Amino acid sequence: MSNRIDVKDLNVYYSKFLAVEDVNINIEARSVTAFIGPSGCGKSTFLRTLNRMHEVIPGARVEGEVLLDGDNLYDSAVDPVTVRGRIGMVFQRPNPFPTMSIRDNVLAGVKLNNKRISKSDADSLVEKSLRGANLWNEVKDRLARPGSGLSGGQQQRLCIARAIAVSPQVILMDEPCSALDPISTLAIEDLINELKAEYTVVIVTHNMQQAARVSDKTAFFNIAGTGKPGKLIEYGETTTIFNNPAVKATEDYVSGRFG
Amino acid sequence: MSSSTLEKRRSQLTKGRMPGYVVWVVLAAAVVLGAAVSALIGFNIIVWAILTAVFFVAGATMITAAFGGTRKASDSLMTYLVYGCFIIALLPLLSVIWTVLERGLPGLSYDFFFTSMNGVTGATDNASAENGSPVLGGAYHAIVGTLQITLWATLISVPIGLMAAVYLVEYGTGGRLDRAITFFVDVMTGIPSIVAGLFAAALFGLLFGPGTRTGFVAAVALSVLMIPVVVRSTEEMLKIVPNELREAAYALGVRKWRTIVKVVVPTAISGIASGVTLAIARVIGETAPILVTAGFVSSINTNVFSGWMSTLPTFIYYQILTPTSPTNIDASTQRAWAAALTLIVMVMLLNLAARLIARAFAPKTSR
Amino acid sequence: MSTNTLTRSEVGGKSGDKIFSGATLAAGCLILAVLFGVAAFLVIQALPIFSADPTDITGGEGFGSYIFPIVIGTIIAASIALLIATPLGIGVALFISHYAPRRLAQGFGYLVDLLAAIPSVVYGAWGYAVLAPQLAVGYGWLAENLGWLPIFEGPASQTGRTILTAGIVLAVMVLPIITSLSREIFLQTPTLHEEAALAMGATRLEMIRMAVLPFARAGIVSAAMLGLGRALGETMAVALVLSGGALTASLIQSGNQTIAAEIALNFPEAFGLRLSELIAAGLVLFVITLAVNIIARWIISRHKEFSGAN
Repeated sequence: MSNRIDVKDLNVYYSKFLAVEDVNINIEARSVTAFIGPSGCGKSTFLRTLNRMHEVIPGARVEGEVLLDGDNLYDSAVDPVTVRGRIGMVFQRPNPFPTMSIRDNVLAGVKLNNKRISKSDADSLVEKSLRGANLWNEVKDRLARPGSGLSGGQQQRLCIARAIAVSPQVILMDEPCSALDPISTLAIEDLINELKAEYTVVIVTHNMQQAARVSDKTAFFNIAGTGKPGKLIEYGETTTIFNNPAVKATEDYVSGRFG
Repeated sequence: MSSSTLEKRRSQLTKGRMPGYVVWVVLAAAVVLGAAVSALIGFNIIVWAILTAVFFVAGATMITAAFGGTRKASDSLMTYLVYGCFIIALLPLLSVIWTVLERGLPGLSYDFFFTSMNGVTGATDNASAENGSPVLGGAYHAIVGTLQITLWATLISVPIGLMAAVYLVEYGTGGRLDRAITFFVDVMTGIPSIVAGLFAAALFGLLFGPGTRTGFVAAVALSVLMIPVVVRSTEEMLKIVPNELREAAYALGVRKWRTIVKVVVPTAISGIASGVTLAIARVIGETAPILVTAGFVSSINTNVFSGWMSTLPTFIYYQILTPTSPTNIDASTQRAWAAALTLIVMVMLLNLAARLIARAFAPKTSR
Repeated sequence: MSTNTLTRSEVGGKSGDKIFSGATLAAGCLILAVLFGVAAFLVIQALPIFSADPTDITGGEGFGSYIFPIVIGTIIAASIALLIATPLGIGVALFISHYAPRRLAQGFGYLVDLLAAIPSVVYGAWGYAVLAPQLAVGYGWLAENLGWLPIFEGPASQTGRTILTAGIVLAVMVLPIITSLSREIFLQTPTLHEEAALAMGATRLEMIRMAVLPFARAGIVSAAMLGLGRALGETMAVALVLSGGALTASLIQSGNQTIAAEIALNFPEAFGLRLSELIAAGLVLFVITLAVNIIARWIISRHKEFSGAN
């Protein structure tokens, strides 16, 4: 099953304010794509439009098309809930549900939607998802404990396990390591490398070394000034973007001259 | 450095501070002076206390002024006044609690809790006063009524208040309707309780004929008072549920209403439950709306939909204002204070429960 | 179009979203409906009073002259309560927020909140049985020594069940409202302002005058207004404490009556026109308290940094 994302002429608005302008990008299946750029350049906003999470903010809307394997996410007949079931998301700060145990957190996507699942299926789903998130060995003895009792890095991997338990095709990550210490960050980066065998991963990061380490392709976003819309400046193989960028602004940014 | 400054033992920094013992000297002097003056105009412990306070504040302020100037003096005057305010505020609290305990405890008995006033007449009270036999009659019917009416008020208010709060926090967009609801909920918290009672009486009077008085009418009246409290506290609690949790659920492909029902509300449940408990504590002691909606009876009525009902507050009110035996009011007074003690204990328990609930079910967050 | 696999909805309960949001909206609107219902039903039930023959109204001179003295009585009682409770409440709030030892401050706060937990009928009973007899002694003294003032004109009530006693009981009841609201604002004073004042060598009083009070002014006003709203509408304390009667200027004689107490004392036996009369009185009380509350809320909403309510 291939699951590529093609974005055509996408504009993102908050009410009347144009936040991201005219993005065209083709994201390959089973690869890691990193979005980099200075703060406020619209990379996170753009990421959220890929599973319609931006709609949570009142007044946010888009023009253009986002195709998941050729199916338009923004077709009027499409239910955003379906989209989010196919395209999962991991957030900046780990956000396990505080009222649920580790096990229930992993099963949240299934249970919250009242889907029936047998106990043995649930057990194997929990184990598979936690193994997929490299967390199984650390928590297998305390699945009934609250998820919020884990360390920050473990919580973030729990959130990844929770995301992959609903078997999405794509996983979006919005600065998943920005709230974590270096060791936890390393664990997540290793995990991202493994995830791309099965999933298409898109990651927003502020950390250029991280982008260089984990991604196959990199997209650089920039903003001309405050109040101006963010734009996709350059998109290509990660090695090209970091070593041989075509655009001056990209070179300035990746070499640390601004941003 | 000249030798004269070295000889000066007192630090420059403590200049103008009066030694700590001065305050106690002034206090002692004020007590004595207060006693003397109050003895002159007819000794009375309250007059003595007031005079002592006045003399102490005036004396201490003047001495501070002599030591450290007017700035220090006005500062310490303010300190005395602020402490005084607090002491004055405590007096009625202590007096009420003492009164209720002192007069209420003797009236608490098995009979008080488990018999009604049915068949208890002035003659019964006169007999008990003449023979010194125990006071008959109790508040069972009123306790039953209080519990029933409060229960129904809770059943009406909690769903409405909870849903309205969910609307304001989860679905509200800050439009005109939302602002109107928020504003009028605030205004509703200020409706006089008697007006809420009149509303329910007028509503049911129109629907079922004038003079319709049942426990349910009273429950509706109490709901008018309770709903805004529930809305406000639930709103506050829902607002502090982090948005990240909602987003996490949405990102898993969970529908909004399920997110609210299974993630947002459970996360806030301890605060909501404690807010509801406080709301119950607030309406359980209401008297005025019951007077105009549920009437007053001396026998047990367990049906809120038919017939008049008594509650503890109305029981207290009528026992004091219209004693069962006009010639021997002690029996009625005793029953009234026993009922007051019962009511206060119920309210305090509810307040305590609210705090315990808030603590026990607080979300187990690590950050 | 039909080839778009995303249009197949995999998650059930789509109608649940509509039903649930509809239900919450209905609950919100119901609250508005109740408030307008309160006004509407009171008006409907009060209407007969305006077409009735003035001589049929209690007092025999029409509704205006029936309601006027009890409106004034209500205002007198509420004013006494506010005059006592506002300075006292501010003092207690300052004590808890700035003067009391830190470790004890929270406990003291609970203690004052306990005042709010005591049911009004208990305050009424306390005022009737404990406070009034105590104050009667003082009233005698006031009538003797300050009797030349109209408000202290004798002969003083022997039972102490006067409008002044009722006002004092009301003051005790609104005290926790004013205290808790003021305390909340005092605690919100920016620490930066307070420290700036202290760093200039200000005493605690000067710091409070320079940093705390200016910041809290609007909040104090609205706290007093909310207290006023409560005092105007409070029923039981007055019904039990006050031995009511005709309007008099003296605060230490029996007499005067408040709207709420008038309703509570007469409603249980009322029927027909008398019922309409009392409901109309309730409507007047509703309008007065509504106006007071709206003004208070308006002041609060103009100063958003302070988070009103309870």
